[in-house]
Amino acid sequence: MSDDTVTIEVDGKPVEARKGQMIIEATDAVGAYIPRFCYHEKLSIAANCRMCLVEVEKAPKPLPACATPIADGMKIFTRSPFAIAAQKATMEFLLINHPLDCPICDQGGECELQDLAVGYGRDVSRYNDGKRVVKDKDIGPLVSTDMTRCIHCTRCVRFGAEITGVPQLGTTERGENMKISTYIEQSVDHELSANIIDLCPVGALNNKPYRYSARAWEMTQHATVSPHDCVGSNLYAHVLRGTVKRIVPRENERINETWISDRDRFSYEAIYSDDRLLKPRIKDGRQWREIEWEEALTVLAEKMQHASPDKIGILASPGTTIEEAHLLARIAEHLGTSNIDHRIARRDFSGQDDDSLFPWLGCDIADVERQDAILVAGSNIRREAPILAHRVRKAALAGAQVSFVNSSEHDYYFDVASSLSGDGLVEMLAGVAVAAGGNDLPDAVSELCSSVTANDDQKAIAASLTKADSALLLLGNIAGRHRAMSAVRALAAAIAEFTGATLGSLSEGPNSAGASLAGVLPHRGQGGAARGTTGLHAGEMLDESLDVLVLVNVEAGADIVSTDDAIGKVATQGFTVVLTPFESAELPWAANMLLPIGTFAESSGTFVNVAGTWQSFPGIANPIGEARPTWKVLRVLGNLLDAPGFDYVSTEEVRDELIAGLGDVRPDNSYGGTRSIAKPNGEDAVSGDIDTPIYSVDALVRRATALQLTVEARLAHGEGDES
Amino acid sequence: MNRAISIVKTFALWELLKGLSVTLRNFFRRSVTLYYPEEKTPQSHRFRGLHALRRYPNGEERCIACKLCEAVCPALAITIESDVGEDGTRRTTRYDIDLFKCIYCGFCEEACPVDAIVETRIHEYHMEAPGQNIMTKDKLLAVGDKYEAMISADKAADAPYR
Repeated sequence: MSDDTVTIEVDGKPVEARKGQMIIEATDAVGAYIPRFCYHEKLSIAANCRMCLVEVEKAPKPLPACATPIADGMKIFTRSPFAIAAQKATMEFLLINHPLDCPICDQGGECELQDLAVGYGRDVSRYNDGKRVVKDKDIGPLVSTDMTRCIHCTRCVRFGAEITGVPQLGTTERGENMKISTYIEQSVDHELSANIIDLCPVGALNNKPYRYSARAWEMTQHATVSPHDCVGSNLYAHVLRGTVKRIVPRENERINETWISDRDRFSYEAIYSDDRLLKPRIKDGRQWREIEWEEALTVLAEKMQHASPDKIGILASPGTTIEEAHLLARIAEHLGTSNIDHRIARRDFSGQDDDSLFPWLGCDIADVERQDAILVAGSNIRREAPILAHRVRKAALAGAQVSFVNSSEHDYYFDVASSLSGDGLVEMLAGVAVAAGGNDLPDAVSELCSSVTANDDQKAIAASLTKADSALLLLGNIAGRHRAMSAVRALAAAIAEFTGATLGSLSEGPNSAGASLAGVLPHRGQGGAARGTTGLHAGEMLDESLDVLVLVNVEAGADIVSTDDAIGKVATQGFTVVLTPFESAELPWAANMLLPIGTFAESSGTFVNVAGTWQSFPGIANPIGEARPTWKVLRVLGNLLDAPGFDYVSTEEVRDELIAGLGDVRPDNSYGGTRSIAKPNGEDAVSGDIDTPIYSVDALVRRATALQLTVEARLAHGEGDES
Repeated sequence: MNRAISIVKTFALWELLKGLSVTLRNFFRRSVTLYYPEEKTPQSHRFRGLHALRRYPNGEERCIACKLCEAVCPALAITIESDVGEDGTRRTTRYDIDLFKCIYCGFCEEACPVDAIVETRIHEYHMEAPGQNIMTKDKLLAVGDKYEAMISADKAADAPYR
């Protein structure tokens, strides 16, 4: 027993607690429930709702459990008549001004005030005077407000100040006139801001797109995983009669804590977009004709069998599940082609043989916040992986030196140690490498660093990484999409080696790691085994004239950046079949066959996140039209191609087969490249599209109505800031 | 002795006369038979028959789509879909009651916070084709509009007991 452990008594039972811990933490740990509104374990203590008043022996007045530190020998009574009387009195005051509109309130049925009013409220109000009415605010397209319902717990205010770092909501006036507002008329638009919906204990802040469309008790809750970023945030989908009504966070301390990004929360709207492709279609000459699935897949199988293997290409999005990736890799193997890739957002393939087995963060997601120094290179991390950005921010608040080397400046809402920005990502990193390693540079980067001298910022960054006990160098998606990506990576590896930092990288989509493991790569098969012949990668595949091109969940125009004018090149291929949930404006022009597939909600599968965690999720929503889960489409295709062993009955079976095939694979970010990389010749200049806007990253997000109305999205579309 | 009495009763047709005496008594009583449908039995104002959705006097629908009736319905006969209405309020986009499932318990009426769904005294209705057992929102509102006078009178009559 350490020195600061003390023994207290909770309702007559002895309990061990830490000295200085708040009473509510100790009682929660032993399951003695104390009612509360303003207390939240992820936020600071405000003690302004007074609901958690408890009796403490020898204290003349009831004390707030959330703000009273524990002392040795304390005797706490949570259910004594004195405590209950105090709690009931608080509840009576809270209910004075709370409107009785539970029947139309979206929080009804899951409302903390409603629940506690059952336990602590009176049947009839003794208050006969006028109730307070507060004007509702428009705080953007994501969160609806009914400010009359507010009980001033200030959880939303503290969330803004402490979690996002942008205090957009605040309180004005005091006493009965106290209001929560944005001070000046503006929207609340941090990428995590919609978490205030979950934090609000009453119905004051609610989900705007979901408004009035269902009740809490009639929906069924299904665990699922975010399909947008490499973090793989854990989600719950609330489903009513086969329709996804809303998404809420699923607590997982190792990954997303209790938060999710707005992108994860609102992208479900796209499932019910008007763009959904409802039936398979084939182009006869210039006319599109709807056909049956059987006919469509038979035609496709025939085309594939008649094509020469090296004239078949498969491009999958990094959002394909690992089961779909495995089936694609198996079909490619059966057809004898190596032209298969998922790296549609990469531009530089020159160093692909030096790629790690799969893009890996280098540590667990939760470990990011425990670093002493972090260098984020080539990443708009807040937009690429908002949850990871939050971990980085936590590290910074805990005292870590966080530096950025980036193509452009962004706001981070914490003290940044050093920030370098500009076009020359390679040059800036070379400076850091020189500062870290002096003249003792490895061959791979010696030419990159020649005649480079480190400036003060670069020296400071190198020093902060070297000094730190645990340091992390994160390469982001801008680095991954960079035209001189192999140079950036070699420099990062050199810096990590000299400074003793861990090298980690973010990746595109939810399952880049899984797709790499399953062998959706032209140069590597399952588990990273080298292929006999290296096929065409995503950068060169579309330049060939292929007989059959298969695009899986890829919207060529918007998703493929590995080559210029992708959609134009797709249109020149012999026979292009697109498996897609959505019909975009350009696809019918470029493709020859469209097959409707289900989104993440309609199909079961597994995503492997950037920390190497395998997360499976079930199919939860009814399919739209004749859309089918991709893995089922591929299973039938495999059978039509007479590929052996395509009799899977579930995605679990596919996944288990892959796991058995992979054996024991370990992530490894050590860089083995020795080839000397030449200085970038113009490739260092960053084009505007290298940084994909947060609400344009995939087909789902692009069709999520509410997200497209946010300031962030409108700015990205060049509509200007109208808020 | 008992045997002798029994024999006398048997030969005197005692049981027959006893039975016929009932017939004779009722022969002079007032008839209770009603000539339905010309004549009808009196009904309680609490009678639970065909459902109706009511409106406020200004024509606004009462229903606010709180779905409490759907939740309380023991026969799962009610299906509601809701959305933001034209005026920004909470409104139903679908309100179906399956009359084949309904057990006329009246819980929906009890649960309703705005007296929107009610069970009227109408009990004479029929369906001629499959599907007509579903009372849609339009049908329910039409019933409510037609019988509003009766519904409000019944509510008023019941008010002292609530």
